[in-house]
Amino acid sequence: MTLRRLANLWKAQTSFRKTSAFHRSADRAFRLLTLLCAVSTLLLVGAILWNLVENAWPSITRFGLGFVTSSQWNPVKSQYGAASSIYGTLVSTAIALILALPISVAIALFLTSYAPPWLARIVGTCVELLAAIPSIIYGMWGLFVFAPYMQKTVQPMLAKLPGPLFDGAPLGVGMLTAGIILALMILPFLTAVMRDVFSMTPPVLLESAAGMGSTSWEVTRKIAIPYGLRGLIGATFLGLGRAIGETMAVTFVIGNSHRISTSLFAPGNTIASTLANEFNEADSPLLEAALIELGLILFVITLIIQILAHLWLRSLQKRQAR
Amino acid sequence: MQSKNPYFFLILSILITVPFWVVIACGGKKSEDKPAADKPAAPGQPGTPEAPAELKVAALLTGAGATFPFPLYSKWADAYGKENGLKLNYQAIGSGGGVAQIKKKTVDFGASDEPMKPEDLEKEGLFQFPMAIGGVVPVINVEGLADGALKLSPAVLCGIYLGDIKKWDHEEIKKLNEGLTLPAKDIAVVYRSDGSGTTWIFTDYLSRVCPAWKDKVGAGKSVQWPVGMGGKGNPGVAAYVKQTAGAIGYVEFAYALQNRLPAVQLKNQDGQFVKPAIESFMAAAKHADWEKAPGFFMVLNDQPGAETWPIAGATFILIHRAQADAAKTRAIFRFFDWCYRSGAALAKELHYVPMPENVIELVAKRWASEITADGKPIVWK
Repeated sequence: MTLRRLANLWKAQTSFRKTSAFHRSADRAFRLLTLLCAVSTLLLVGAILWNLVENAWPSITRFGLGFVTSSQWNPVKSQYGAASSIYGTLVSTAIALILALPISVAIALFLTSYAPPWLARIVGTCVELLAAIPSIIYGMWGLFVFAPYMQKTVQPMLAKLPGPLFDGAPLGVGMLTAGIILALMILPFLTAVMRDVFSMTPPVLLESAAGMGSTSWEVTRKIAIPYGLRGLIGATFLGLGRAIGETMAVTFVIGNSHRISTSLFAPGNTIASTLANEFNEADSPLLEAALIELGLILFVITLIIQILAHLWLRSLQKRQAR
Repeated sequence: MQSKNPYFFLILSILITVPFWVVIACGGKKSEDKPAADKPAAPGQPGTPEAPAELKVAALLTGAGATFPFPLYSKWADAYGKENGLKLNYQAIGSGGGVAQIKKKTVDFGASDEPMKPEDLEKEGLFQFPMAIGGVVPVINVEGLADGALKLSPAVLCGIYLGDIKKWDHEEIKKLNEGLTLPAKDIAVVYRSDGSGTTWIFTDYLSRVCPAWKDKVGAGKSVQWPVGMGGKGNPGVAAYVKQTAGAIGYVEFAYALQNRLPAVQLKNQDGQFVKPAIESFMAAAKHADWEKAPGFFMVLNDQPGAETWPIAGATFILIHRAQADAAKTRAIFRFFDWCYRSGAALAKELHYVPMPENVIELVAKRWASEITADGKPIVWK
């Protein structure tokens, strides 16, 4: 479909161009080049996928579907399963998004609609600065500063809440700490993109809504957010993409245990952290294949999420059109 | 300006994408070659003329492998280089990587914390010798317990890491420590999350002294831990232990010293409680019977001797038996011999344990009898 659209575009544009013959051919060559570049990304994704499958093959044939359902990770007995890593990846990313999404929407709205321009500039620059901090710094800070704080202050407080989510000893590190660190890491990305999205709402829409007597909250909820919904979801997936593959910061604070636990205080692991831990000294071929299969699973998870997002977006637009 | 645009972009985009297409085109061929493949390698080079080589010192040695001895090797190379003009390029890429690189002959020597089995050495045509000793030390964070105050037996240590002993005031721990007040606190078990020689030494020790551990977990660079949480690297473990009240972890001795982590006393094979110290690690190496260890395959865990610390391991150097370049091999021998003898003081400064005299002599003897260049033994002294 995309290809046909490209071709049509090409035809339409070339037909009414009145340039010299040379310019036309240069133009055509340039278009061809852009097409090749676009296609090459497809090829690249295909090549990565093929490579992952090829190298993970020993593990795929050995463990089959059991790889996804088992949380055994035993290099001594050469038994590998990805369940705990998949679980940890999804849970830590979910915590990060649940925490970061509302906060970043609030910051972005404040910056675009409420803050005086001088303050918006300062806060905006700070947010961009946060985005530039390398992830290892978040990891070190998380391990040496934030984890003790979690252990001494936050976790004892949360432990008083009922339910299995906050059971267990306050270790400082664990799934919750990893999720919070991830939230901090994606917050600037989400905020920066959302700010741009909100600032693109046509002022005339906002002003007419306000003129009709809407409160600021109504203007935000009924005009700004629906108008920028596509961009907001795009921003969310940018953040999600970073959180789901984040390696070093998570490895430092998640506690690295191949066990699934209902408590968010418990140590866990993610696909990326398992790779970071094991790849260096993976000297058995099966272990290496299992690790590559983990990478393949991460790839597939991202793909599924992207597809779901697109489907959701489309149904949303249809509903809005009605 | 306007009319120039098409050319400009055309040329620019071609220039930008050319390397990309080259990569794509070459990607088709399965790339077996690792980046290190074109490094100057000793084997395979044309043999240097014998006579001048006697005087000449090979200017550059390359090595790769274990991270644990990296600070020591670089310090040794620095000091030796000032005296003899030798340069050492050592890449701390991990033991597994070191073994892989020496097998492919991309480096002059490999380094590994896990000794290679004699039959594997035979198969690959490799020779290994121990370079320095490292002790692995259980460290704790229990209120009121200073460095060396707590006594543990192998069975109790094993019980803690299996998750059978969950509280610090458990009967078994109390029995070993009469007179100490032990808190009724949960034990937080900490292990290394990344694959490492340290973990291999520690789990090998537990497997030797504790049948239940051998059955349920076993020994490896990374294992399936029944309980606890994993810190990345020695710094990760140290941080987890320091921050968590009631924690127990295991780190390299040097690391425990530098971070002032309280260590425990362990009961050794002779039934004595010993503290971790350079002397007790050396005792482990001295009592070990290297003479009867083919290929120097030796683990210093659970060695006899009243003053022996029970969890220790040597870090090893791997070289090819059949060397291509006699001059280079001479340089290797001279360097490592210097490390053994003149470098011993430096090693102690960095909290590594130098090899005892009897082992050094044995290594030199084996060098003379087992390493050849062009089929001839190498005279290096």
